[in-house]
Amino acid sequence: MTKLLEVNDLCTRFHIPEGIVYAVNGISFHLDEGETLAVVGESGCGKSVSMMSILGLIPIPPGEIVSGQAIFNNRDLMHLPESEFEQIRGKEIAMVFQDPMTSLNPVLTIGRQITEPLRTHLGMEQEQANKSAIQLLEQVGISDANQRLGAYPHQFSGGMRQRVMLAMALACGPSLLIADEPTTALDVTIQAQIMELVLSLRSQFNMSIIWITHDLGVVAGLADRVIVMYAGYIVEEASVDDLYTNPNHPYTRALLDALPRVDQRRGERLNSIPGAPPSLLVEPSGCPFAPRCIHVMDRCRVDNPSLVLVTPGHQSACWLNQQEAS
Amino acid sequence: MIDVPSVSIVKVNNLYKHFPLQSGLFIRHKVRNVRAVDGISLEITRGETLGLVGESGCGKTTAGRTILGLYPPTGGSVLINDLDVKTARGETLLELRRITQMIFQDPYASLNPRWTVNAIVSEPLRVHKLCKTEQERSQRVVELLNLVGLSARVVNRFPHEFSGGQRQRIGIARALASQPNFVVCDEPISALDVSIQAQVVNLLEDLQDQFNLTYLFIAHDLSMVRHICDRVAVMYLGVIVELGTRDDLYETPLHPYTQALLSAVPIPDPKKDRLRKRIILAGDVPSPVNPPSGCRFHPRCPMAVDRCKVDQPIWREIRPGHWIACHEAI
Repeated sequence: MTKLLEVNDLCTRFHIPEGIVYAVNGISFHLDEGETLAVVGESGCGKSVSMMSILGLIPIPPGEIVSGQAIFNNRDLMHLPESEFEQIRGKEIAMVFQDPMTSLNPVLTIGRQITEPLRTHLGMEQEQANKSAIQLLEQVGISDANQRLGAYPHQFSGGMRQRVMLAMALACGPSLLIADEPTTALDVTIQAQIMELVLSLRSQFNMSIIWITHDLGVVAGLADRVIVMYAGYIVEEASVDDLYTNPNHPYTRALLDALPRVDQRRGERLNSIPGAPPSLLVEPSGCPFAPRCIHVMDRCRVDNPSLVLVTPGHQSACWLNQQEAS
Repeated sequence: MIDVPSVSIVKVNNLYKHFPLQSGLFIRHKVRNVRAVDGISLEITRGETLGLVGESGCGKTTAGRTILGLYPPTGGSVLINDLDVKTARGETLLELRRITQMIFQDPYASLNPRWTVNAIVSEPLRVHKLCKTEQERSQRVVELLNLVGLSARVVNRFPHEFSGGQRQRIGIARALASQPNFVVCDEPISALDVSIQAQVVNLLEDLQDQFNLTYLFIAHDLSMVRHICDRVAVMYLGVIVELGTRDDLYETPLHPYTQALLSAVPIPDPKKDRLRKRIILAGDVPSPVNPPSGCRFHPRCPMAVDRCKVDQPIWREIRPGHWIACHEAI
C-alpha cells in the first residue's frame, strides 16, 4: 500500500507567559491510502495540536514548530509556502472540527459557506456551485437541500450542523479527511448517525481518514489502525483488533480497564488510574506515564523509551518490552 | 445483592415543570410553554442509585433540579423523607436543604472562583450551624477534604489552582458537608477525562457505602450508568419511557427508544462492535415546546402504528419492577 501521509519527528511547542508548553514531543506516524487511522488520547495529549501543526493551522507565535516533516503526496507540508499550502488545505486535505456550533460562521448562510471552497478551489461560478452544494447536502442526508441553502447555522440542530461541516469538507473531493472529535458534542443516537454517514462517505469518496477522539469505544467500530497518545508522545500503535485484544502499553491497558462496558454486567470496581496527566509546562524527562504507572522502574524515571515493535505492526513505547528482549 | 426496595426516601408523583416562553417588548406575555418535565413519577429507595438517562434536552437536568425544589414545580408533588418540597418553608425548608444536596456537571462553573476551598466547603456548615466553634469547623473541613482524597494543605487555595477532577472532589466535599441523605449527581463526570472519571465514580461509590447515601445519577453516558446504578429510568422529551433494574433494562430493553439508545452506544471491542446491529434513529429530538401528539417518540419510532399518533401510552408495569410507556412493546 502506498503512503498518503508520512509524519516524522514532529515537535510543537507554545511560548506562553508561564513558560514553554511542550505540546507535541517528536511524533512519527504514517497513513496509508484508503486507511482510517484513529488518534486516541485524553485532553492535552497533543492529538489536536499535532494535526493542526501538519495543516499549518498553529498560530506562530505563540506556537513554534521545533522540528518535523509531513510528507503528503511527495510534498513536505512543513516547508511549503503559504500560497501553495492554500491549494492543498480545504481541497486535498479537509478538516472537520469538534464543535459544529463554533466552526460555522453564524452570519453567513449555509449555502454561502458550502460553496466557498467550490469557488476558491475549483473556480466554480456561484450558480454551478449552488448546484453542487445541493448535491453535497443530499449526500450527507439533509432533506430539502434546495431550501436549506438560504438557512443560517442557528436554524440547524447539532447533528445537522455536523452534516453541513462534512458537506463542506467533502466539497472538493479531498483525499484526506481529518476529523477532530466530530461526534463528541453530539448525543449517542446522533453520533451513530454521523459515524454511519462517514463510513459510507469514506467508500464513496475513496478517502483516507484521521479520526481524533478521546473515546476508545467510538474507535473500535471505525478505525483500521489506532495511535494512542499521552502527554505529547505516541505510546502505542497497533491495528484496531490487536490493540483491543493485546494492549501492550500500561497506559492503554489501564485506559481500557477504566472503561465501564454497556454490554457487560458490573464488575466490583472500576480500575482507576491514580494521579493526573503531567503538566506540559515541565520539560519532559523519562517516560511521561511513569508517575502513574504500576510497573514503574528506576529506568523509566530517567530515560524515555522509544517505540519498538512488539509484534508485526504493533509498536509500543515501554521499557518492559525492551527488558524482556535483552 | 441488592435488597428488595423497602423504604422510599424520594417520592415523585406526576411532576410537571413548564417554563414560559415570553414575548413582547414592554409588556411581557406568555406565548407558549417549554414542557421540560411533563408528568414523571418515580420512587427512590434509601441507599440505592437511580440513573436518569436521556439525550440532551430531554429534561433530565430540569427533573433533578425540580425534585430538589430548585425550580418550583408547575404541578405534581415531591416528598423527600416525607417532607413536601413544594410547600416547605422556614425550618422545614432549611432541613430539606440540609438532607438534599447536588453535585454539578461543570466543576469549573460550580465553584466560586473568589472563594478559598475552606470557604467553599465550610459554607454548608455555617448555613446549617453544624459546628459550634471556628476551630471545630476548620477541623470538619479538613476531615471532609481527606474523605474525598484531598490533603489538608489545600484549604487556602482557590479553585483555579486545581484540575477538573480535583475540583469535582471539592464539589463532592461541599455536598457532603451537611451530611445529606439524598444527593442529585447531575452529570458529575461528563466533563472529566476517562482516566479521571473512574476515580470520581469509585469515590462516589465508596461514599455511598460509608454514609448510606441515596443518589439520583443523571447522565448521558450509558456505560457508566450501567456500572454505577441499581435502577435506571430512560427519559425522552419530558417523560419517562422506561424504568427497570439495571441488568433487566440493559439486557432486555423493551421500549423502542431504549433499544435504539443502547444499540448506539459504542463498545470498546472491535469484533463485537462489528457484529452488532445498530438501530439508527432518523431525525432529531423534536422541540419540547410543541411535543408530538400521542406517544412522543412516534415520529422516530421504527415500530410506530396509527394508534401511537393519537393515544398517549399509559405507564404500566410490564413485569415486576419493569415499567414502560409504549403501546406496542410486549
